[in-house]
Amino acid sequence: MPTELQSRARPSVPRTGHGEAIVLENVSRSYRERRGAVVQALAGVSLRASPSEIVAVVGPSGCGKTTLLELICGLQAPEEGSIACAPAVLMPQRDLLLPWLTAVDNAALALRIARLARGQARDRAAELFAELGLDGFQHAYPRELSGGMRQRVAFLRTLLSGKPVLCLDEPFGALDAITRGEMQDWLARALASEPRTVVLVTHDVEEAIVLADRVVVLSPRPGRVIEELEVDLARPRARTGAAVIALRERALDGLQLAAAARAGTA
Amino acid sequence: MSNTAARSTRRGDRLRGRALATVLPPLVLVGALLGGWEAYVDSGSTSSFVLPAPHSIATALWDNAGLLAANLKPTATEVVLGIMLALVLGFALAVLIHLSAPLRRAIYPLAIGSQAVPIAVIAPLLVFWWGFGMFPKLVVILLICFFPVLVTTVDGLAAVDPDQLKLMRTLDASRWQAFRFAELPAALPAAISGARIALTVGVIGAYIAESQTATFGGHAGLGHEINADLTALQTPRAYAAAVVLFAFAIACFYALALAERRLAPWANRPTGEHR
Repeated sequence: MPTELQSRARPSVPRTGHGEAIVLENVSRSYRERRGAVVQALAGVSLRASPSEIVAVVGPSGCGKTTLLELICGLQAPEEGSIACAPAVLMPQRDLLLPWLTAVDNAALALRIARLARGQARDRAAELFAELGLDGFQHAYPRELSGGMRQRVAFLRTLLSGKPVLCLDEPFGALDAITRGEMQDWLARALASEPRTVVLVTHDVEEAIVLADRVVVLSPRPGRVIEELEVDLARPRARTGAAVIALRERALDGLQLAAAARAGTA
Repeated sequence: MSNTAARSTRRGDRLRGRALATVLPPLVLVGALLGGWEAYVDSGSTSSFVLPAPHSIATALWDNAGLLAANLKPTATEVVLGIMLALVLGFALAVLIHLSAPLRRAIYPLAIGSQAVPIAVIAPLLVFWWGFGMFPKLVVILLICFFPVLVTTVDGLAAVDPDQLKLMRTLDASRWQAFRFAELPAALPAAISGARIALTVGVIGAYIAESQTATFGGHAGLGHEINADLTALQTPRAYAAAVVLFAFAIACFYALALAERRLAPWANRPTGEHR
């Protein structure tokens, strides 16, 4: 129900006290499906991220990744466990650009919501267009942009909210392989110049290892953390690098073990 | 050179062809209907008091052009003003219904029920309150026309993607900002569709209004004229007045389609003919 929309002050997510950007302790969350069945999305997930750290969360589809991000952003509340977090903004899976606004106005949406005048908001968003390879498309409507460009505008909109934590929900999931590779390179550069704490949800293990400082592997539903991999590799990372491939194998092994264990208990 | 010349002639041909394709189908249909009508009247199976032949309607139209134009003016004014009031009321009620569940439960059944009340029942009250001028007629058109705007706008507001609202929340939008940036523009094409329905119903609404609430003085409107002509067995002139209403409704419909292209260019959908 749209009437449940909360106003700007959202005290439901307490701030962290001690130098961490995100602290999740033993968080569980379930939801009721339309037919009344209760689905356990997350079971006892603990997760920490320090400021400017990039944490990737990988797992099979339906392991509660989106739920995890919505909990961090305060769009849902946990049933068990505790969450403390710096202000976080969600970049949903779909770009959700408003079709009646131009690219620059879509990017500036958070600034307009923060009550900046339209002209000022536009100017601030337009400054970043060249940096994101969007120069010349300021006044294009979303339907005139390619998938990769739309995703970049959506990222800019997320960035301009000014929040220290970015929750990216499979940001490149809908793109073709070549565009996705380009966008990963681009995101790595953007975060190097504009450091934020990032929680990146993806089902692409390779993407996680190329981009993240740490990879958290979730089990199939109900999601729980089955493995945490430190990615201590120099940037930029090549997808075909030996170290990347070795880590990818480890993560995939973990996922397979979890799937096998689940099949065994079922 | 000759190549470009040839291409431009071909382009001219194509444009002419397209214009023909636009105009031809309605012309053929109208021609066939009129021809059949004329033949039916000629066969003598009805009286010309009941159904005048198209050519006598055309004559009546020509002979009474001044009278019909003078009567179109008040009717057109009623329709345009009445529709505007209906748009304001329908849209405002839709927003209230959308934003508040208790108001939805309170208002919606009343709005639906209001459509079942024959205007004849309340017409004396409207005249008692507001006299014989234009205002009670506007109220009648308002009562008939606000409903399609209300229903389409309520549906348009409810059809907004829930993920879009989630996005507004994560960007810290207030309820009002979510409404203003996401819901209101999203509902605009639906509201305009409602306006188009309202407009076509509004013309018949003007007829009902003029029939049900009396007017003093001459040129009381086309609806009034039609009733007077039917009583006086001036059937061709009544038909001629109906033809004027017919053309007016079509003109209004396409004028609104043009306005829609201005107001909601992103909607970019078929507007009743080609895009």
